[in-house]
Amino acid sequence: MNVLVCIKRVPAPGARINLTDDEQHIDTRHLGFTMSPHDECAVEEAVRMVTEHGGSSTVLSLGPPEADEQVRQAISMGVDHGVLLEIDDIDWEPQATASAITEAITTLTSEGTTFDLVLFGNESPDAGNYQVGIRVAYALGLPIVSGIKGIEFVDGGGVRVRRQVDDGFELYELTLPAAVAVKEGLNLPRYPAIKGRMRAKKASVRTFTPDAGPGGLRKLRLRQPREQKTETTVLGHGPEAATAVADLLEELGVM
Amino acid sequence: MGEGERQRAGGRGSMLLCCVVEHDRGSVGEVGLELLSTGHRVASELGVTHEAIVIGPGAGDAVERFGAYGVDRAHIVEHAQLDSYAPDAYADSVAQLIAAHGPVAVLASGTEKGNEVLAHVAARTGLPMAANCTEVTPGDAGGDDAWTLTRMRWGGSLLEDARLEASTKLLTLAPHAFEPAQAAEAGDVEVAAFEPQLDEATSYTRVVAHEPSGGGVSLASAPVVVSGGRGVGSADGFDMLEQLAGLLGGAVGCSRVATNNGWRSHSDQVGQTGTKIAPQLYIACGISGATQHWVGCKDAKNILAINTDPEAPLVTRGNYAVVGNLHEILPAIVDEVRRRKTTA
Ligand SMILES: Cc1cc2nc3c(=O)[nH]c(=O)nc-3n(C[C@H](O)[C@H](O)[C@H](O)COP(=O)(O)OP(=O)(O)OC[C@H]3O[C@@H](n4cnc5c(N)ncnc54)[C@H](O)[C@@H]3O)c2cc1C
Ligand SMILES: Nc1ncnc2c1ncn2[C@@H]1O[C@H](COP(=O)(O)O)[C@@H](O)[C@H]1O
Repeated sequence: MNVLVCIKRVPAPGARINLTDDEQHIDTRHLGFTMSPHDECAVEEAVRMVTEHGGSSTVLSLGPPEADEQVRQAISMGVDHGVLLEIDDIDWEPQATASAITEAITTLTSEGTTFDLVLFGNESPDAGNYQVGIRVAYALGLPIVSGIKGIEFVDGGGVRVRRQVDDGFELYELTLPAAVAVKEGLNLPRYPAIKGRMRAKKASVRTFTPDAGPGGLRKLRLRQPREQKTETTVLGHGPEAATAVADLLEELGVM
Repeated sequence: MGEGERQRAGGRGSMLLCCVVEHDRGSVGEVGLELLSTGHRVASELGVTHEAIVIGPGAGDAVERFGAYGVDRAHIVEHAQLDSYAPDAYADSVAQLIAAHGPVAVLASGTEKGNEVLAHVAARTGLPMAANCTEVTPGDAGGDDAWTLTRMRWGGSLLEDARLEASTKLLTLAPHAFEPAQAAEAGDVEVAAFEPQLDEATSYTRVVAHEPSGGGVSLASAPVVVSGGRGVGSADGFDMLEQLAGLLGGAVGCSRVATNNGWRSHSDQVGQTGTKIAPQLYIACGISGATQHWVGCKDAKNILAINTDPEAPLVTRGNYAVVGNLHEILPAIVDEVRRRKTTA
């Protein structure tokens, strides 16, 4: 069982997302970075699958040289191999991203590593394009379902996947090789142990430098959404505020 | 569809705009009506016809109300392969309609399935796609002019102004970003059956079974949500939140810190990568209010924050606040609510 996981490096902003003066990027000077939460669950799932069924796991990220940090974060969680598609930007538009990832997977495959399962996050938190995984899967001829919060192997070499909908869960079956776009909630990702972090430090990450292909979606600028200012009514301090809270609950008709 | 086919389709005159309308056995929700309203507005601005694409069982029933939303023609797409939701078979159908009619744009709802189907269409046609638009300003009907649009990033915490350049524009509309306004005059809808060419049953990934949920008050629909974050401190700490939610007929929610610590299951998580909610009242206990949490709860009619820090973003952005230690405040609220309920 060989599993490939595609992850994206994203900043972790707090209470407000500040922008650079040219309005092209998030001001990340005071921010840490992480991989997308959906992608992190994909990594955890890949590690568990390989532990249980054997084979190997590979993580792949397209991003600036610093995305090496997220590739190693995945290795520290137990992924075997790392691949970085190094670009001289924060990210690319979705078509160009998908083409570069497709090409890299094709190269890895031609060298003899075939992937039974390719995992993506459902959407990237920063760009939210909702399409990179689907484009890559289609280009590789793999079936894919999005929004998945459960994957189990079934007899005969396929997977049964679960998707949460308004009134329950929908189940789909895919024959391998296949791709799946997952959501946070699939599992609870592990916190890397010291041993994993040591291994990640020493691991060699394979680097490609892809050429940007064409794409039709061009960012002009980023901006803040308009927000209504609300006056905050402080009902009180400490337990004495309980009466005022109960009054409010009655007033709102929720008691 | 290859590049050549696409150009031919785009070059056909592109005198129509299509909306792929989601429905549940013929019933179309609010988000579908928002889509049709925007489709009508944009089609009118461009001077092209407004056409709907409706897929799967019940499609015929769905179009009954479409006249009020300015739909000129509805393509009813039915096929044995489309009897249960199958993203690739749905997308093949839409891609075939694009090849046949060369619409200037195809719009869908920015719901989970709307985004999924349109991304499959984008993959098949090689066309670009913009997800979760909040504003759409079309160019000329010529086909190759770029459109300007605004789309959501970070679940709506940030907006992106963008240009979309394609022979057929593919875009999805963020739910509740557009008004579901009816057209000034209700017209007749021409109904056209479209039979897609679809492969054998085995080649499509489809829903093979459905498991109903367990019941109880769901996070997404609860009138009151009592939610806890890092400040709650432990899984046991949520007992008090459970009690308050129980008394108010509400549900318990949480922040990602509570989920990551294993205090609550992810199905309780409110936020960008959790559930987006819009209850009558959201009570946030020991939650700071990071943007990724805020986008999940900002649509609540009222927000009451309980926090030791009077400067916490959820306190300053909420309608009501109680400043102090939640471990002292929540028991007092539970006692008071219980007292009033028994004396009432
Ligand atoms: C891509 C991405 C997606 C994310 N998606 C989500 C998401 O969907 N949902 C989500 O919630 N987060 C999400 N996050 C995480 C988010 O950025 C924050 O880290 C998280 O919301 C913080 O949780 P918190 O408010 O519980 O913790 P903190 O930010 O640590 O805040 C704890 C608060 O509790 C208060 N407090 C402490 N003790 C007490 C006490 N005894 N009584 C009262 N108040 C007390 C403190 O003053 C503080 O305000 C995401 C992050 C990223 C990068
Ligand atoms: N730059 C990238 N590098 C690796 N994987 C990516 C990248 N961008 C997107 N992906 C993958 O595609 C998924 C969907 O991204 P998006 O289409 O941007 O919403 C993400 O969760 C990742 O799994």
